Amino acid sequence: MESFHALMQGFSVALTFHKLMYASLGVLLGTAVGVLPGIGPAVTVALLLPVTFKLDPSGSLIMFAGIYYGAMYGGSTTSILINTPGESASMATSLEGSKMAKSGRAGPALATAAIGSFVAGTLATFGIAFLAPWMVKFAVQFGPEDYFALMVLAFVTVSATFGNSPLKGMISLFLGLALGLIGIDKLTGQSRLTFGLPELLDGVEVTTLAVGLFAIGEALYVVSQRQEQGEMMKLSGSLWMSKLDWQRSWKPWIRGTLFGFPIGALPAGGAEIPTFLSYSTEKRLSRHPEEWGTVGAIEGVAGPEAANNASVAGTLVPLLSLGLPTSATAAILLAGFQQFGLNPGPLLFAENAQIVWTLIASLFIANVMLVILNLPLVGLWVQLLKIPTPWLYSGILMFAAMGSIATKGSVAELLMLITFGIMGFLMRRHDYPVAPMVVGLILGPMAESQLRRALQISLGDPLVLVQSPIAVVILLVAAVAFIAPFVTNTRRFKAEED
Amino acid sequence: MNDQQPRVRRDHSAAIVGFFLLFVAGVLFYDTYSVDRAVAYGVGPTAMPKVISGGLAILGVLSLLSAVKGERFEIESTDWRAVAIVVAGFLTLTVMIGSGAGFIPAMTVLFTVTSYAFGRRALMADAAIGVVLATLIYLLFSKLLALSLPQGPIERLFG
Repeated sequence: MESFHALMQGFSVALTFHKLMYASLGVLLGTAVGVLPGIGPAVTVALLLPVTFKLDPSGSLIMFAGIYYGAMYGGSTTSILINTPGESASMATSLEGSKMAKSGRAGPALATAAIGSFVAGTLATFGIAFLAPWMVKFAVQFGPEDYFALMVLAFVTVSATFGNSPLKGMISLFLGLALGLIGIDKLTGQSRLTFGLPELLDGVEVTTLAVGLFAIGEALYVVSQRQEQGEMMKLSGSLWMSKLDWQRSWKPWIRGTLFGFPIGALPAGGAEIPTFLSYSTEKRLSRHPEEWGTVGAIEGVAGPEAANNASVAGTLVPLLSLGLPTSATAAILLAGFQQFGLNPGPLLFAENAQIVWTLIASLFIANVMLVILNLPLVGLWVQLLKIPTPWLYSGILMFAAMGSIATKGSVAELLMLITFGIMGFLMRRHDYPVAPMVVGLILGPMAESQLRRALQISLGDPLVLVQSPIAVVILLVAAVAFIAPFVTNTRRFKAEED
Repeated sequence: MNDQQPRVRRDHSAAIVGFFLLFVAGVLFYDTYSVDRAVAYGVGPTAMPKVISGGLAILGVLSLLSAVKGERFEIESTDWRAVAIVVAGFLTLTVMIGSGAGFIPAMTVLFTVTSYAFGRRALMADAAIGVVLATLIYLLFSKLLALSLPQGPIERLFG
């Protein structure tokens, strides 16, 4: 009941006017970027980092978490109404959702998505509140070699296990690791890979890489394609679900949550896997198989939507309790914590307990705000899709440049940004995943310092890495996760960034 | 060159990526010689670059091998001209920021050029929208949030 008490205290702070303002700003921005194509939660938080530098830390973090949750709600609107998912986690939703919209049931589809997201988000946030402190108790016993093993596991799962091609994922990861080497080595003060350029001494900022790869890369990709925007479905059908809709929805919501939360919480990351698992499970269990792929089955929207929200909450567990980001957005959130001098991990719960619990309480509040924002006001959000594509991407580029100008304002920084943008475009064009690179950049230096700390303690004996039973188990899991994609066919679905 | 039709063609990107990775691996390895290696215990600052360099080299070879196998890969037609225009717009912004032309003019150019690359032809209208947006962003962030954005002649008018 210790957690419960702490959570109540969190609520007492989160419900103050000031914090509520941050939360509502976050969910509004999050829903908007979820609805809009071309910009996702990772980029949005990355763009906001320099802007919030001087603001209240806990308020800013509440806003970032609101953006993360909000993007998942907003994404469903786009995938149901125009069959172009705003972010990859909504791909499964668009399969049945767009069919429902075509057959005049857009209203119930949006409703089951929003309410399902609410149910899953709330249950999964309870999951964070009870699982994270437990993980922390476990994590305080971790030595540097255990952390190193965990990071190796995260590297493997992010790059090799769930992508289209393990080779391409590993290439992306290793390029990220190489970028992470640039700058001054924290342990010895030596400069590495700076080639005598003072601009490189501070290393490559995670936000620069993420904004370049995601925002600019995406803009270049879209302009290179001359894509016609998909036709937008009319917002038809009552927004209220019938009794039958409720009966058919509630079980997929629960099952979706059960897929989403644990998979999100594992250092595997990605919301795509649980959404597609949920999709195929619901399809198998459905009593209305004739509706699938024809008029659209409501279970196919309810399950995946619940799963993607639950997995977002799940990724916050390793992030908060271990400091381990398992998706690109989580990597940016970690950079957000670091910007305010906070280090997620067991110590965060001890030293900044109030910030953690206020953040968790805010997640409950954000969920309530989001279901209100998304159900009655869905018509308003749809208007966002009417922004002409040229202005949308010009605006995105403007904000991308602004973020960089506001932090450093240097020509070198802008050149790095456009270089990463071109790289992101080429990677996207040739089907290389981008997220492993971002995770590699932020986790690489952390893994290196854990490794070196472990070896310093052992006076250079490398056996220390396999002497802790925890580390051995984690490394074995990593080995299995590395071999799995070569043995089984896990590449049925495409996993992309975020 | 017919850029309009999607086509399936042999993908040379794996070979290019392979050589690129070998090059990066070489740079990483070469750089370790410029680092002083005096450490008391454990691994020094050159160990990790060597490991990553080795990994990149292996991946480079694997990528070259996959290129030799000649996996076919469908590449959608690409409008390179539009990509070049967007990049040029961004570089113009970079030069303008570097030369002290100020935030608002640089942003306006970026907005107008990008819109043009995306197929808009109403240059004056887009420039007008760009000016308004850039000015609003400038005022919001520099006055309200106290961020220091680069000033040129126009920005100094706001004091």
